Amino acid sequence: MSKNIKNKESLLKRLTGNQLFIPIIAIILLAVINLINDPGFFKITPVINNAGNTVLSGYLITILDYGSELGILAIGMTLVTAASGGQDISVGATIAIAGSAMLRVLCGGQARPTELQAPIIVAFLVACVVGMLCGAFNGMLVSVFKIQPMIATLILFTAGRSIAAWINNNELPIVPDPKFAYFGGFIPGCPIPTTVFIVIACIIVIALVLKFTNLGLYTQAVGINESSSRLNGINPTFIKFLAFVILGLCVAVAALIKVSRLSTINYSVIAKDIEMDAILAVALGGNALSGGKFNMWASILGAYVIQFLTTTLYKFNVQSDALAAYKAVVVILLVVFSAPTVREKMNQLTKKVKPAKKEVA
Amino acid sequence: MDDNRVLEMRGINKSFPGVKALQNVDFSLNKGEIHALMGENGAGKSTLIKVLTGVYSKDAGTITLEGQGEVAIHSPQDAQKCGISTVYQEITLCPNLTVAENMYIGRTKGNITNWKKMSEDADKLLSLLEIPAKATQQLGSCSIAVQQMVAIARAVDMECKVLILDEPTSSLDEQEVEKLFNLMRGLKKRGVGIIFVTHFLDQVYEVCDKITVLRDGQLVGEYEIKDLPRVKLVAKMLGKEMDDLSDIKGEGGSYEGADADEHIFDARELQSNAGIKPFDFYIKKGEVNGFTGLLGSGRSECVRAIFGADRVLKGTVKMHGKDVKINKPLDAMRNGIAYLPEDRKVDGIIGDLSVRDNIILALQVLKGFFKPFSKAEAYAFADEYIKKLNIKTASADTPIKSLSGGNQQKVILARWLLMHPEYLILDEPTRGIDVGTKVDIQKLVLELAKGGMSVTFISSETDEMLRTCSRLIVMRDRKVVGELSGEDLTQNKIMSTIAGESNV
Repeated sequence: MSKNIKNKESLLKRLTGNQLFIPIIAIILLAVINLINDPGFFKITPVINNAGNTVLSGYLITILDYGSELGILAIGMTLVTAASGGQDISVGATIAIAGSAMLRVLCGGQARPTELQAPIIVAFLVACVVGMLCGAFNGMLVSVFKIQPMIATLILFTAGRSIAAWINNNELPIVPDPKFAYFGGFIPGCPIPTTVFIVIACIIVIALVLKFTNLGLYTQAVGINESSSRLNGINPTFIKFLAFVILGLCVAVAALIKVSRLSTINYSVIAKDIEMDAILAVALGGNALSGGKFNMWASILGAYVIQFLTTTLYKFNVQSDALAAYKAVVVILLVVFSAPTVREKMNQLTKKVKPAKKEVA
Repeated sequence: MDDNRVLEMRGINKSFPGVKALQNVDFSLNKGEIHALMGENGAGKSTLIKVLTGVYSKDAGTITLEGQGEVAIHSPQDAQKCGISTVYQEITLCPNLTVAENMYIGRTKGNITNWKKMSEDADKLLSLLEIPAKATQQLGSCSIAVQQMVAIARAVDMECKVLILDEPTSSLDEQEVEKLFNLMRGLKKRGVGIIFVTHFLDQVYEVCDKITVLRDGQLVGEYEIKDLPRVKLVAKMLGKEMDDLSDIKGEGGSYEGADADEHIFDARELQSNAGIKPFDFYIKKGEVNGFTGLLGSGRSECVRAIFGADRVLKGTVKMHGKDVKINKPLDAMRNGIAYLPEDRKVDGIIGDLSVRDNIILALQVLKGFFKPFSKAEAYAFADEYIKKLNIKTASADTPIKSLSGGNQQKVILARWLLMHPEYLILDEPTRGIDVGTKVDIQKLVLELAKGGMSVTFISSETDEMLRTCSRLIVMRDRKVVGELSGEDLTQNKIMSTIAGESNV
């Protein structure tokens, strides 16, 4: 009997000690709030969309769909945070650059082309190269020139949207081919948003990379103790550089989705403020923003917590202007709740409660 | 409470998940007394200190202070208010602030700081204690020893009744230690009670009045210094009678293979950017040699150059007679060279990672980025070496930073042994480590050498070098000034070579 209790305790401890605990609890909480407010929140119904396809519709689908860019960015941001102990604040601007480059290739510099000037895959590959170049630029400043990540990425944060506009001569080209809209929308005949598949693909790729390479071990080692890592034969400069390049790749994928959603681009608005949400996703996942140990899955889950929250607030008819303020309040609660000092206090509290219970028994 | 008592701790208990760090420990300190707190690594010294200074909260027990009765200490600030000051082994000051700022940080009255007065006060105190630093100097520009002394000056100035010195001498050379002891004796006369934690037995017998010994989180006893000769003290700490330390060299014998004369590693005119003069160096198969010299004479810089840890400027390196290029640590590792660095905390451990990850790291890097070990392999390696080196850890998944210093060092040692190097460099492997582990490491070194591994061993303790090495390279002012072997391996000969009196 007593053994049983002990097992339960350790299970509870294991649960609360797990990094996934906080984001999962947050999702459950949001789900419960919505359930009480309106059980219809969880209803998923097939509807016929503008293109004439039967697709699934509902708030949950919205969350999965619109959380995609954030989820993908969270992957790269987690690596950058872990390796460099800082964050990349230029991802929104680099999405604009990569997206603009994609449009330039697709439309060949014309504002209203009648047909695609290059295959979509070529345009996407160009965007990937551009995204990785931006990442390489940031990564070089951080790893070789030892500039603080936030300062280094401030450059592209400031200049990125202008560069994006310049790539297309400040035109807003519109992609003529409806196929391009599949990536941010639906493939005919498939009721599930394409973005969900893209995210799953990204997750599978990063999971394979983490399993079949030492990226995780090296990144964490460099983030925790750079000097020691170097003496163990790791090249910290390269690992940090690599993290930024990987983030650049994530940016390109996110840009594909973003641009595809509208089949065009708005340089000043596209992916605005997404860098802050991406950083927040990493933090919500319980990862230290000062670098070191990380849990990739907790970060990705964190991204969906943010989207869940946004959608919930919309559901409560919060105006889009006021959204940020409401989000901030919830974020404060979440971050404080996941802070190490608070968690320690709570552990002590549960410890104190437990013996009291025993006495009663 | 006795009139003369300044501090009494009774029945202190503290446990961490899986470990009872302190069990019913008593400790008392008189006015004007230097009291040594002794024990092996993991015996509970640090925990006791941290309970007293409010870093950890105790599970049970009482702390009573002179004139204040029983006190509750929940934070380092509380401890400071009660007149308990601590100087830790690792410098806990801010290197980017000035000396004066470091001395007065957090204890100015009100919100306005009188910078001028602060500097003057600081200078006054520094000259009183004969500390060679200026108030306006950046702390980071002082040597480690001076930084340590500034930390003590800060503690002393805070009207303390109880001063805790946690391994203050581990990074000081002899003269600096002597200066520190003078400082301690002065404080003692003023009635300050000093708790002195150290691993150096000589130092204990030089300055202390009393010794309290802990073992496995329990109190062994409190003794007057004159009642407890050295051998007995060691026996108490270990919980068993000691084998004779001085005789371990003869036991094993040395490597006797046919290739015992082969030069495994041979460097000519090697120089790095760390400011050492070019030097020649070789090591034979199965040989144990060492670099000796005063602190700062360039011992560590030499081995760092061999390993490629600093940027190599010039020189040729041969392994097994073949030319090789060693420009970075990975090159050295590929050639079968392993290096245990001097500063465990900065260059050795990866604090937040598990013991397992820390053990496999070097071999993993050597194996390659695209070939990670499976979980099962990693656990097998970790468990093998945890057992082999008797590493005390709750599990292989425990973060290395929660281990005691000696066990951390064993983990780092395990990391390099797992690589099965041909040539192992150990830079101060026994610093800050208890006697038992020291002997373990020395024995291990001789055993490895017997098995054909070449080892370079660096230690600040000359007798330790004499016990293990068969050839010593002597350094002075960043230059190799001599080489001693065979009959010449004596304390006197080493001292005179270091001092430059070659005719002695």
